[in-house]
Amino acid sequence: MIEHNNISNREIVLELKNLHKHFGKNNVLNGFNMQLFKGENLVIMGKSGSGKSVMIKCLVGLLEADSGTITVMHNDITKLDQEALDILRADIGFLFQGSALYDSMTVRENLEFPLRRHTKKFGEHIDTETLVVEALENVGLASAIDLMPSELSGGMKRRVALARTLILQPKIILYDEPTSGLDPITAKEIIILMQDIQKKYGTSSLIITHDVDCARAISDRMILLIDGIDYAVGTYTELSVSKDPKIKAFFKH
Amino acid sequence: MSALHSIKTQLKSFLTEIGELSLFTGRYFREAFKRPFEFKELLRQCYNMGNRSLLLVVITGFIIGLVLTLQTRPTLMEFGAVSWMPSMVSISIVREIGPIITALVCAGRIGSGIGAELGSMRVTEQIDAMEVSGTNPFKYLVVTRVLAVTLMLPLLVIIGDAIAIFGSFLVENIKGNVSFMLYFSQVFDALEFGDVIPATIKSFFFGLAIGIVGCFKGFYCEKGTEGVGKAANSAVVFTSLLLFIIDFIAVFVTDIFYDL
Repeated sequence: MIEHNNISNREIVLELKNLHKHFGKNNVLNGFNMQLFKGENLVIMGKSGSGKSVMIKCLVGLLEADSGTITVMHNDITKLDQEALDILRADIGFLFQGSALYDSMTVRENLEFPLRRHTKKFGEHIDTETLVVEALENVGLASAIDLMPSELSGGMKRRVALARTLILQPKIILYDEPTSGLDPITAKEIIILMQDIQKKYGTSSLIITHDVDCARAISDRMILLIDGIDYAVGTYTELSVSKDPKIKAFFKH
Repeated sequence: MSALHSIKTQLKSFLTEIGELSLFTGRYFREAFKRPFEFKELLRQCYNMGNRSLLLVVITGFIIGLVLTLQTRPTLMEFGAVSWMPSMVSISIVREIGPIITALVCAGRIGSGIGAELGSMRVTEQIDAMEVSGTNPFKYLVVTRVLAVTLMLPLLVIIGDAIAIFGSFLVENIKGNVSFMLYFSQVFDALEFGDVIPATIKSFFFGLAIGIVGCFKGFYCEKGTEGVGKAANSAVVFTSLLLFIIDFIAVFVTDIFYDL
């Protein structure tokens, strides 16, 4: 097992300790550990069905872990009540694999929806129009403001979903397979967009992917999720030259 | 042995579903009275559901009124009791046929729609996205929809009843040259609060059943497009069965009150 020795002294914004989760007889996570530092882009790679999405859903409280601790910005989310969890969620953006835009709402309403839910963060009299336009401009889709999700291409949907994630000005963004299902050019555009957002807002990002190109382009650090544990931790360069057959399998082209 | 095992498995699965549905209903009542209230979404759902079903209810009601009168007329004529037509039609429509037919039409239209919509939202992670954005999806999606059907169904039943009685009047007017005033004065003479109130109360429960089952099937939809189809289909089948059970209980309870 590779251990990354250059542990940063930066502030930890997100930490998983000894996370376990099973479905029936299938043990998906067997003591997974992870730390995300402030301003860092951490990529978690694993095969399909390795538990990446389960892990990220435990992280935001969509799934309940069997055991282990999940600390997000010094809050153990397993011990938070619903109201406190909802407030904390305003600081965590989540980009879903399939974009998950609300079908029955326009792009504008999709972006306004989370804003109206977090009046405590932005105040009762927020200028939603300005925030929506600004978020869409950030992803280069201001012209799509009045379109329905069904009128958008896959890449455009992903951008709008990213704008919806950004509109709450989160401190942490979780990306679940941000480039899956996209053609290589659009995937590259999304990666560039993610890098721009990180530079502009200084967010910490946790990126779940099995796309090696995406991992190479965006990661500061990587964790390989194999057999339900954090099998290897390191930079892309460190892991890509590993002799371990399980690690090598990820970097074969 | 395998047949017995299959029956046992099906019975267990049915009882599990009943248990889950009861918990879901309990959660609905708990969440319905908790803040924040989603008034805007509730109004939108009321408009959508009422508007979406109105034409269907009107057409169905009109045809039921026509057919009921056309089918009954020869028999009543045989006994020289055709003058009883307005009373017979209005009481049977208001007490039984109107509510159950409207509820069945709405189970097909609204129940399957809710099942498919929520199922599709579940499959495409829209419900998860809602939860992550700090919204309680149960409150926003389920409570508003169930409340909207519960409130809209009695209104649709009243409209359906009125149209059915009007359809019956048209037949009587054409076949028996009965005037509008005469027909409807007999209708209002025949109808009592004891006919209208239980039917309206029953309609609230019909609406509740349509909303709860549609939302339950959609909210816990299995993954994949097949799951969405199943959710929509089973919402209609299960609701239709439940409507007849509620109808039986309602008639039974009403009958006890009539006897008092």
